[in-house]
Amino acid sequence: MADTFQILIDGHEAIAHEGETILDVLRRQQVETPTLCTHEHLTPAKACRACVVELMGSRALVASCERKAEPGMDVRTDSERVQNARRGVFELLLSQNDVSTAPALAAQAESLGADPGRYRGQRYEKGFFDDNQLYVRDYDKCILCYRCVEACGPDVQNTFALTVAGRGFDAGIAAGFGGALPDSACVFCGNCVAVCPTGALMDRREHNLRAEGRWQEDRYDVVQTTCSYCGVGCQLELHVDRESNEIVKVTSPMDHSITHGFLCVKGRYGYSFVEAGTD
Amino acid sequence: MHESVLLRRQTTPALDLGSYLASGGLAGLKKAREIGAAETVRIVTESGLVGRGGAGFPTGRKWDSVRTASDPERYFVLNADESEPGTFKDRVMIDVDPFLVLEGVLIGSFAISATRAYIYVRGEYRREADLLQRCAKELEAAGYLEGLGPEGRALEIEIRHGGGAYICGEETALFRSIEGYRGEPMSKPPFPTVAGLFRKPTAINNVETVANVPDIVTRGASWLRSLGTERSPGIKLYSVSGNVERPGVYELPFGTPLRELLELAGAHDLQAILLGGAAGTFVFPQDFDMPLSYEAAQERHATLGSGALIAFDHETNLWRVAERLGSFFAHESCGQCVPCRVGTRRQHEMLEALADGHGRGSERDLLARLGQVMTDASICGLGQTASTAVRSLLDAEAKGLLAV
Repeated sequence: MADTFQILIDGHEAIAHEGETILDVLRRQQVETPTLCTHEHLTPAKACRACVVELMGSRALVASCERKAEPGMDVRTDSERVQNARRGVFELLLSQNDVSTAPALAAQAESLGADPGRYRGQRYEKGFFDDNQLYVRDYDKCILCYRCVEACGPDVQNTFALTVAGRGFDAGIAAGFGGALPDSACVFCGNCVAVCPTGALMDRREHNLRAEGRWQEDRYDVVQTTCSYCGVGCQLELHVDRESNEIVKVTSPMDHSITHGFLCVKGRYGYSFVEAGTD
Repeated sequence: MHESVLLRRQTTPALDLGSYLASGGLAGLKKAREIGAAETVRIVTESGLVGRGGAGFPTGRKWDSVRTASDPERYFVLNADESEPGTFKDRVMIDVDPFLVLEGVLIGSFAISATRAYIYVRGEYRREADLLQRCAKELEAAGYLEGLGPEGRALEIEIRHGGGAYICGEETALFRSIEGYRGEPMSKPPFPTVAGLFRKPTAINNVETVANVPDIVTRGASWLRSLGTERSPGIKLYSVSGNVERPGVYELPFGTPLRELLELAGAHDLQAILLGGAAGTFVFPQDFDMPLSYEAAQERHATLGSGALIAFDHETNLWRVAERLGSFFAHESCGQCVPCRVGTRRQHEMLEALADGHGRGSERDLLARLGQVMTDASICGLGQTASTAVRSLLDAEAKGLLAV
């Protein structure tokens, strides 16, 4: 094929396709690469720096999620610089965030050998916002990955209710002009919740169940169905508690050709009618 | 004794077009029009002029790639968002010779056939912004903008005010700011010459850089090369402050020994200087004989940066200075990437502990380790250089060079 070329990954030749990022190639080559902010359906925010690689000839490390592969690139993922930088990113996050609902982050930190106690200092305390019926925002858990901003904005929903406000360590996600969600442009599609990697954004039912100590992943079956509201045909995954027969959460598969994982307020949150009339 | 070029109108500033013309102004623009854009760019390239904002990229190469870009829409941007601590030479440059700066902008815009020229002025430089605005209007009214744009159209000049963020001096964040977005840097590549302002080919230059251009065009490339060193041709403005008798802006040819600049400014018995601004390095008396050139600085793992020089006497606690620098970076980080957003805060906390004398003993090792993470993994120059001064201080302390 004319649009493929070779690059070097840790000294081994690998095939890259025109338009692919370095991360795409790494994943196909099954080179384990930590990621936090990048998401298959969102513009790379290149903000977390977990996926940095050493590109020979480039002064600083580059974010593999964003940088397009080019013919002849010599990429190193196993160098001391790369390992040190990746570990550093996780150690910095562990020094500021509550990661209790971010198992993927914690697992990646551990596999990199990140020391949670390396850095001490001020925690990220942006507060807990419980201002609507459908989801809660616990910004102490926010790592500012920009996924929610992109999902709310031009990548998915085009609602632009969420943005980044403030700067430096004080930067944070804000709705509207920093007020409550119902006062912002939010349409409560919950697509921000769907892409949040740390549980900073959480559906109300999940939040309530966790608060009551009743959130038990191992009891939930995933039931595939099609949304009954309109004719688009969105694929739904109903997470059903097999003991109580309650729906605890609704999602959509990220690889579904219609939804790409994204839903509207009705599909994601309008499910209580299913349980109406049952005890 | 070096005869001033950039600051030649310092004693009698030309603040109206009439006096600028009377003192030989706009000769560079006239010559550029005669020889054409391609030849103008060739002369600037040959002169060896590199950016004076800190990064030192060859100006002619920048202009040539925009000039030859296929996209007919392209921009010229003057970066007057001077925000590096201890740097004030661009403000003085504008104050004493606003038309020289604008002439540089006109020549640059003509050379790349710019659709429009933007002048992005630091928010606090209200007076300078007003001055440039008034002078640009005078030039426009007198017809000097005619024929500089693409296909012989008149050049449009637009002045923009910064909102008080250091990060907006970083070129890609500056573009975002002009476009109306949050000032956050973008990844390079693509470089501004390919996809800059509004994703169009853009030449962005520092105030001091463009102030060199009229004389280069008038006097020829060999003129600039007759000054300075082989690898650093020309002259440089230095902003000198701190424990000196005569703080101010000094103009010197490259290669002048640092000691000579210190003597000019009236420095005696210093403990150290901070060279290159907050993102620069501490330099100690043992290196005061170093020539002020890009290559000599590089050999000593130092940087001229924007040409800022802050002097410290033996009474100064340099860890306190580092703590103030750390506070600056933590305040100015945009917050986009983890290494810089969290790293600058952690760095400042540790520097505070060291300056206050209640460290836990592990700070020095951790600062070096954290500095490497920030340098390697941050998106832009802010995070990449936020630990440079701190690490140079750690080295100096290990060598026993600190007085307090």
